[in-house]
Amino acid sequence: MRFAVSMLTVLGVASIIGTVLKQNEPYENYIIKFGQFWFEFFEKLGLFDVYHAIWFLVILLFLVISTSLCIYRNSPLMVREWKTFKEQAAEKSLRAFSHRASFSSKAGAGIPINVVDNKSKLTQYLAGQGYRYKIKTQENGDELIAAKTGTHQRLGYIVTHAAMVIIFFGGLLDGNLPLKVQELLGQKKIEVLDIPESQVPLVSRLQTSNPSFRANMTLPEGVSDNIAFVRVRDGYLVQELPFRIALKDFRIEHYATGQPKSFESDIVITDVDLKQPLTKTISVNHPLIYKGIAIYQSDFQDGGSTVNFKAWDLAGKSTKTIDIDGQIFQKGTLGTGESQLSVEFNEFRKFNILNLSPDGKGKPRNVGPNVTYKLRDTSGQAREYVTYMQPMQLGGKSYFISGMRETVQDEFKYLRIPVDDNFEINGFMGFRAVMLDKARYPQIAQNLSKNTLTQDANLKSQFEASIVQLLNTFAQGGYTNVAKVIEKAVPEAEREKAAQTYIKLLNSVALEAYNISLAADNKPPLAQNLQSQELIQDSLNGLSDTFFYGTPHYLQLVDFKHVEASGLQLTKSPGQKWVYLGSVLLVLGIFAMFYIRERRIWLLVKTNEVLFAMSSNRKNLDLDKEFERTKDQLGQLLA
Amino acid sequence: MNTDVLNFQPKTLWQTLKVADWLYALLLVAGAIFAFNKYSQHMDIYEVSFLFGAAAVFSYLGWRWKGLAKLVIGVGVISLFSIYLYQGEQARATQAFLLKFLISSQSAVMWMNVLFILAMFTYWFALIKRSDFVGSVASALTWSAVLFGFVGLMVRWYESYLIAPDVGHIPISNLYEVFILFCLITALLYLHYEKQFNTKQLGGFVLIIINAAVGFILWYKFDRQADAIQPLVPALQSYWMKIHVPANFVGYGAFSLAAMVASAYLLAKKGILTSRLPSLEVLDDVMYKSIAVGFAFFTIATILGAMWAAEAWGGYWSWDPKETWALIVWLNYAAWLHLRMVKGLRGPVLAWWALVGLIVTTFAFLGVNMFLSGLHSYGEL
Ligand code: HEM
Repeated sequence: MRFAVSMLTVLGVASIIGTVLKQNEPYENYIIKFGQFWFEFFEKLGLFDVYHAIWFLVILLFLVISTSLCIYRNSPLMVREWKTFKEQAAEKSLRAFSHRASFSSKAGAGIPINVVDNKSKLTQYLAGQGYRYKIKTQENGDELIAAKTGTHQRLGYIVTHAAMVIIFFGGLLDGNLPLKVQELLGQKKIEVLDIPESQVPLVSRLQTSNPSFRANMTLPEGVSDNIAFVRVRDGYLVQELPFRIALKDFRIEHYATGQPKSFESDIVITDVDLKQPLTKTISVNHPLIYKGIAIYQSDFQDGGSTVNFKAWDLAGKSTKTIDIDGQIFQKGTLGTGESQLSVEFNEFRKFNILNLSPDGKGKPRNVGPNVTYKLRDTSGQAREYVTYMQPMQLGGKSYFISGMRETVQDEFKYLRIPVDDNFEINGFMGFRAVMLDKARYPQIAQNLSKNTLTQDANLKSQFEASIVQLLNTFAQGGYTNVAKVIEKAVPEAEREKAAQTYIKLLNSVALEAYNISLAADNKPPLAQNLQSQELIQDSLNGLSDTFFYGTPHYLQLVDFKHVEASGLQLTKSPGQKWVYLGSVLLVLGIFAMFYIRERRIWLLVKTNEVLFAMSSNRKNLDLDKEFERTKDQLGQLLA
Repeated sequence: MNTDVLNFQPKTLWQTLKVADWLYALLLVAGAIFAFNKYSQHMDIYEVSFLFGAAAVFSYLGWRWKGLAKLVIGVGVISLFSIYLYQGEQARATQAFLLKFLISSQSAVMWMNVLFILAMFTYWFALIKRSDFVGSVASALTWSAVLFGFVGLMVRWYESYLIAPDVGHIPISNLYEVFILFCLITALLYLHYEKQFNTKQLGGFVLIIINAAVGFILWYKFDRQADAIQPLVPALQSYWMKIHVPANFVGYGAFSLAAMVASAYLLAKKGILTSRLPSLEVLDDVMYKSIAVGFAFFTIATILGAMWAAEAWGGYWSWDPKETWALIVWLNYAAWLHLRMVKGLRGPVLAWWALVGLIVTTFAFLGVNMFLSGLHSYGEL
């Protein structure tokens, strides 16, 4: 028995480990966390999958064995207690009871009590109180009434403890013990390489006959499959299914606030045993059970969406673009030779619910699709980019937004490109091309000097020269470069002023450039108003930032075909019904033990006395109370 | 003179019922039917059965415990009045006078907090002064705290549907809401034992743990604005929640109650307050009874949890931290019961064990959500 308590405690303590140390992580994570030495040590102890470690199973086994033994040992006694009325109780022992009383005949005046009369009265009384009783006549003619109630509590013990054994048995059926054994015997071996399913060798495959498993499969929309993967430690096994599952459609619905509201998959099951395919919609909390295999909505990911880009050359003086098509999880290339880059299309998101209000208090809105990709150069260096398809509203103005970061740790730095008057990016690109096209500089300079007041020819030419120089400076690094030049050329004191004049000049230069680009595809020049000034200002900022964008390739997302993949979990657990059966018994048993109270009453009816004794297997206040009540009721009866 | 044995026959429940009891039950059933007609489109078959099941259960409990019947009616009336005042606009929670200051969900919960704090001090005052009258005032305060708490939850339930029909859900879905539930259930369990054993002296102890929860609620509300109603993640959209969570909190509540009684026991044993507290036997008995209740309900809750997990996560047992800690709590009290039952152990050891049990329980209830990640933290779905 002491053993039982310690088993319960040990199991409790052992279970803690797996809750503080995150289980079944990829092994690299553990190595990073603990270092090689401790990693191997912990791995040996099975700490990364405690609940399937041999030693843990052994503890469970101990508990069950001791429980079974306990049942085996105690049940006979319990059954006896359940059946018996203990009518053998001797007068001597009754007089030794802690809860006893005696009702003697009237003042012991020797007038014999009518035993028969009393007997019937008392038995009626006991029956009325819900007792069942048995009468035994003693040698000396006394009558012993042995009564009991609530003895079913004893069965509660058996039921409760049997339930524990049943539950564990069920758990065992669903556990991975058989697999562990097969591994030890070398009949099965987990696959650790990331190879196509078809190439996974037989030793790493589980046939459809496998009685119990918990496997995962990821199905892109429009794809079907009849295998799933069972994750084991740092590898996996292939579980073959007795039918084929196809994903017709996967849907996510959102609340107005943007949190996900539901995940649903329309799946079609095809099986030789089915006349026509079985179509069903599963969602979280609403699995489908077919052929004893439960199919759950577990998670989701991209199923290889196709994304179409226009690639602009930010460095060049042209506005020509190349079309680039990619697919999520696939690679593409940009440019040629030395400067060639590989594009890794990593993620496409159709909805992005962001809160763009400056104070963060406003309503979050859907800002439309974005795509995340990496550009990797020939030396293997990579930068990560994110690009939004539609212009974003920021402070009342719309921009094309694209972010860049050097490493996953740091935040994205965003490039904001103002839209032109028909919400396209082309306006900016045209402007950019002119700003970077040396051949255009003289023209810009002349146009500007035209409307300066002075007529002095060499003042004009000086002015134009300085503009061309300014353009060159800006074209080689934006504002920062201009700032550098100022620092070199201008003494500390006047820099502030110089900078301001430069900025002014730049703005008018930019306006000129913008109009030239407009004229080039015969559009009217910008109207002279605040809006245009802001557009120019934003365009200059945008252009200046392109120098820090990390690549001359600007990929504008122009179109996409969204393909989602649904993550399904498939489980076959023959033990489940046992576990549930055990659970029901457990509850019944526990309630029986707690709330059925066993009580026994003995009434020894003698000619001169009625001896009353009471007992219960739970000695507590309830018994005392009940004893007192019964005592004075009997007293009244016998008075 | 021969007294008839029949006088002594204990009455069956049915025989004890008076007209008032029948009217009460009728009222509950009528309420359930009304709710069914009005809201059945939001319910699946299980939830409908819970609705009528609740009517039955609360009729029974009300019959056995008149105080509870009064509470149920009070909660019903006030909640309906509050809902009427809303007139279908959430904004009125801060405009209509009565709502703003008394019975909007937020204010009702605030009143619950205040009343619980008052009740604690009153109980202690009663204990020091040995005043039974003050004690009765304290239990009255506790009852009204419970009343306001349940009104708060009921109205919150309604409010969640005002935000948007698809957001609406029973308010036992996040830490803020279940802490309220915890206070209410623990208080009710205590009031039950108070009536049964006439132990007003214990109120001060039990309300310490309740007010600890109140403290958390206040911090959570004012520091974290956690009182905002959030829509349910898909994993929580299930009828299971409606039975799993309450069952769990009967368990948590009963265990906490037992621990507080245990602390009283240990003090009395050390001769502190001994003359004022109930006898050690009574304390021991209350401690055992509430751990028994806790264990029974915690067992049910864990089983319901397993059945839910089987439906939501694809396995009735995933050794997810919350599950595992539920098991640890359960094993702990199984061991406690065995020490008492089988080895006949009594006294300080079990009292200390019950206190340690509270720490374990608290971690299972709170620590896991805060320190350990897992399926219960609803990582992805
Ligand atoms: C597997 C985990 C176990 C669970 C969940 C469990 C549960 C219980 C419960 C709930 C009670 C009732 C306590 C009460 O009425 O206050 C009980 C009583 C008892 N248990 Fe266990 N038990 C377990 C293992 C064991 C083992 C291994 C043994 C034997 C070594 C054992 C022997 C007993 C005995 C003798 C009683 C008292 C029965 C009586 O006098 O009515 N239990 N158990």
